[in-house]
Amino acid sequence: MSDTGPLVDLFSAAGFQPPPLAEAAHLVAYGHTLASLKSLPGIRIEAAATPDGLVAEILVDAGVRAAPPLHLCLGLHRGLALQNVRLTITLQPDAEITVLSHCLFSTPQAARHAMDADIHLMEGAILHHQEAHHHGPSGSIEVLPRARVMLDKGARYLSDFSLVQGRVGWLDIDYTVAVGEDALAELVSRVYGWGSDRIRIVERLSLDGAGARGLVKSRVAVRDDAQAEVRGVMAGNAAGARGHVDCMEIVRDRATVSAVPEVRVRHPLAKVTHEAAIGSVDSHQLETLMARGLAPDAAVDLIVRGMLA
Amino acid sequence: MNETETPIRSPAAPRTNQPKQSLRSESLLRLSGVCLARQGRAILADLDLDLHEGEIHALVGANGSGKSSLAYAIMGCEGYRPDAGEIVFDGRRIDALQMHERARMGITLAWQEPARFEGLSIGDYVRIGARGEGVEDCLRRVGLDPARYASRATDKTLSGGERKRVELAAVLAMKPRLAILDEPTAGIDLLSLDALIEVIEALRSAGSTVLLITHQAEVASHADRASQLCGGRIVFRGDTAQVLAHYRLRACQRCDGTICHV
Repeated sequence: MSDTGPLVDLFSAAGFQPPPLAEAAHLVAYGHTLASLKSLPGIRIEAAATPDGLVAEILVDAGVRAAPPLHLCLGLHRGLALQNVRLTITLQPDAEITVLSHCLFSTPQAARHAMDADIHLMEGAILHHQEAHHHGPSGSIEVLPRARVMLDKGARYLSDFSLVQGRVGWLDIDYTVAVGEDALAELVSRVYGWGSDRIRIVERLSLDGAGARGLVKSRVAVRDDAQAEVRGVMAGNAAGARGHVDCMEIVRDRATVSAVPEVRVRHPLAKVTHEAAIGSVDSHQLETLMARGLAPDAAVDLIVRGMLA
Repeated sequence: MNETETPIRSPAAPRTNQPKQSLRSESLLRLSGVCLARQGRAILADLDLDLHEGEIHALVGANGSGKSSLAYAIMGCEGYRPDAGEIVFDGRRIDALQMHERARMGITLAWQEPARFEGLSIGDYVRIGARGEGVEDCLRRVGLDPARYASRATDKTLSGGERKRVELAAVLAMKPRLAILDEPTAGIDLLSLDALIEVIEALRSAGSTVLLITHQAEVASHADRASQLCGGRIVFRGDTAQVLAHYRLRACQRCDGTICHV
């Protein structure tokens, strides 16, 4: 089964480079239609289309350390207006993999993509998850990613979500991560909203095991009439747990942002810190670039793009 | 010195007077009667200053004397537009121009505390406005190995000294007609002082006029001429040695006759 033809158009519309799928483990779906799927030794991908949406499962065997990334290409185009995905990812002990998710929605009409994921990293497993979105120019897309992540002892979950080109539409991210003993979770989200875009990001890390470490980092820029709400929640529940919430938001025009870094400590030997900065573009940064000859608009754009890079 | 920095260049040779011989006496920048008040307090008061094309001109003065404010006024920073007087650069009044317009005319400023940027590499930062040497050459000139620094971000992971070097590299790359260096040696280790002076000389050799703002007499002594600022006014100007001798008295007589102990 392979129908990756529309992918070229979707990647082209997003300005992204199409991934080399031929040799890589991958799953490609348009709406609820499974277009292409490839497993590799030690990396099993199963998927099925159901009346309610797409159900997919990725299992990486113990000790498998796959160098080439696994590609998840999820798209809505032409007349497609709905994509529900139920995803399960399990990394067995000491497995390590990079998952590149390309979520490309170029459909011109109102559309909805909902992801519901359960991710389990067993002892010593490592998952690098880079999720790049492009929601097209219409601003009429609803995107609702949900994930529950469980990290066993010594596991590492490194997630990087970016939506910095095109319109956002309505984005509502809700991730919860339980971090076990000596495990590490880093969640980075970078979003650029404009027009009438709406952004809501909620990321909760619960540092439950001794020595657990966590970082929630958000970088959001909004302009025009866009609105954003960012909540980073970090709970230190065990001895030696260390966590940090870092929110930085740039606001321009009539846009609004609320950033709520929330820290909770339930163990005397845990330590959780936070920092949040919301404001217009830093005037010193702006003037530094203008003193190099950049016009104000170009300087602002460079600062915002840098923050979101 | 940070272990990733390299000692930069050989120490500068003892200063000789030969640059003065090549100086042109045309005025590149002239400030006349410049007054600036902020929050009801006079920062610059009836200030006159004349920079000759191709010279290194030191501006000395105590903390709060108005040195950085003068730099910001020349550069056109927000809130530092003069209330009175005029600033003329290359024969054209620039009072009403925005910063980037002044920069495009060839004026730039190396900040005392340069801004830091997330996601902007040192190479890309130095490349902004560059029209002189290549980025790598400029980084080498300030003692930063391009292989190790060009792709690093200009963010808070850099030490203060490293960031100052990057700032100087960016100014070198711009090949400006007027480089305003605000305390370029602050935060730089002593071993690098001579080499930084070499960088300043290199700027001049490349055709830049340099306004060198500094507390350090050792650095200022490399200038062709100097001015001493006190209470927002130039209180002494002329030959560098004479100005520094006056500055070392640690006291100066203001225009209103009062004595200012610096």
